Amino acid sequence: MNAGAPLAWQNATILRIERQTPRILSFFLRAPLARHEAGQHVDVRLTADDGYQAQRSYSIASAPGAPELELAVERLDDGEVSPYFHEIAQPGDQFEVRGPIGGHFIWRDEDGGPLLLVGGGSGLVPLMAIARHRASVAPDLPTLLIASARTWDDFLYRDEWLAMSDRMPEFAVRVTTTREPHRRPGDLDRRLDQMALREILGEWGRLPRHVYVCGSTPFVEAVATHLTHERIPPRQIRTERYGGAV
Amino acid sequence: MATRGFSGRRPGANVAGRLPPGQSQTNDFPVLAFGPTPEVDLATWRFTLKHGPRPLAQWTWDEFMGLPQTKWRGDIHCVTKWSKFDTDWEGVTIDDLFAAAGVAPPTAYLLAESFDGYDTNVPVADLVGGKAMIATQYANAPLAAEHGGPARLLVPHLYFWKSAKWVRGLRFTARDEAGFWELRGYHMYGDPWREQRYTNDP
Repeated sequence: MNAGAPLAWQNATILRIERQTPRILSFFLRAPLARHEAGQHVDVRLTADDGYQAQRSYSIASAPGAPELELAVERLDDGEVSPYFHEIAQPGDQFEVRGPIGGHFIWRDEDGGPLLLVGGGSGLVPLMAIARHRASVAPDLPTLLIASARTWDDFLYRDEWLAMSDRMPEFAVRVTTTREPHRRPGDLDRRLDQMALREILGEWGRLPRHVYVCGSTPFVEAVATHLTHERIPPRQIRTERYGGAV
Repeated sequence: MATRGFSGRRPGANVAGRLPPGQSQTNDFPVLAFGPTPEVDLATWRFTLKHGPRPLAQWTWDEFMGLPQTKWRGDIHCVTKWSKFDTDWEGVTIDDLFAAAGVAPPTAYLLAESFDGYDTNVPVADLVGGKAMIATQYANAPLAAEHGGPARLLVPHLYFWKSAKWVRGLRFTARDEAGFWELRGYHMYGDPWREQRYTNDP
């Protein structure tokens, strides 16, 4: 609502690329964007030699103020832009970004907690930005991450989540793997249905003040509805869905 | 600036001509909403026209379904970059709604208001003249809850966040008041052909 200049397209340079899971790569960028809020995204624009352009939106994984902007990109088999990132992009390459964007699926220090983060697949990306920000500004804030992944190796940022949990007593992590048996005591290996969520929330024993749910449309539809049935007021549940439905 | 090695997948000319700048065609139907899908009960559903806080007219579900029903087929464009072609909708045009209420628009702006607390602003001129409806059917079936059922606003010539899901009324406002996304970084008007995505886009 502020009168001012439009968000301009900026050049982003790839500094390094890290594999996170068999299907997801992280791109660490240098880009002259304004400081973002945890949970925001950027628009990405690629331009072919003949001027043809394609745009997509990607959530930011890095914490506000981090020196490098991190995007985590999942390879979609029928995609147009993600195959570029997975097969062609190299350090030193450039593309354009615009942002940061989004004023709802964000968490700020003053929002407080307890926080409940629920992510499926690459839906963990904006939740990691929130968790990294929380780790630096509110490491004692009661927080529960519930992560759903196909397999243990598909669990995005697995080692970082587990390290946060080891380091910070108030940061709890529960994982469900939907295509292989669970690995840790207390974890699950089924979909996050009503009973699974009731069990996990009961063991956590906190009433979340802010809930962030991100993942595929069917995942978010199901989880968000289940959470409202666990007496969490809908207005405390922020959602971000990706991909299609019928 | 060209992106080294990016060739892309150009749509054919027939598709490209229908895509506003920065959009890609999708064949499925993505779902966007700021929170959980609300459960809306048709027995208590009401649709209300208001001028500020003052109600001008109200319909129950059965009364609403008794209003003239109009079909529309065309393309829709979401600010998250997807466009979907040849979508089929049915509902009550805003013209027919105003006529049934016996009201002439008292102001030039309104906010569409939803059961989940969402709202979005649209100029009245963009809703009348056959340009918009309250849709209750999609693809010849009752509109699914995740797509805004039982009823959503349909303003297909603007980005689709203006087509408020789970709509429960229209409230005329004296000025052009920002709604939910318009207060959170998105454009006040949202014309996809001018790529008015974010607040200060020209």
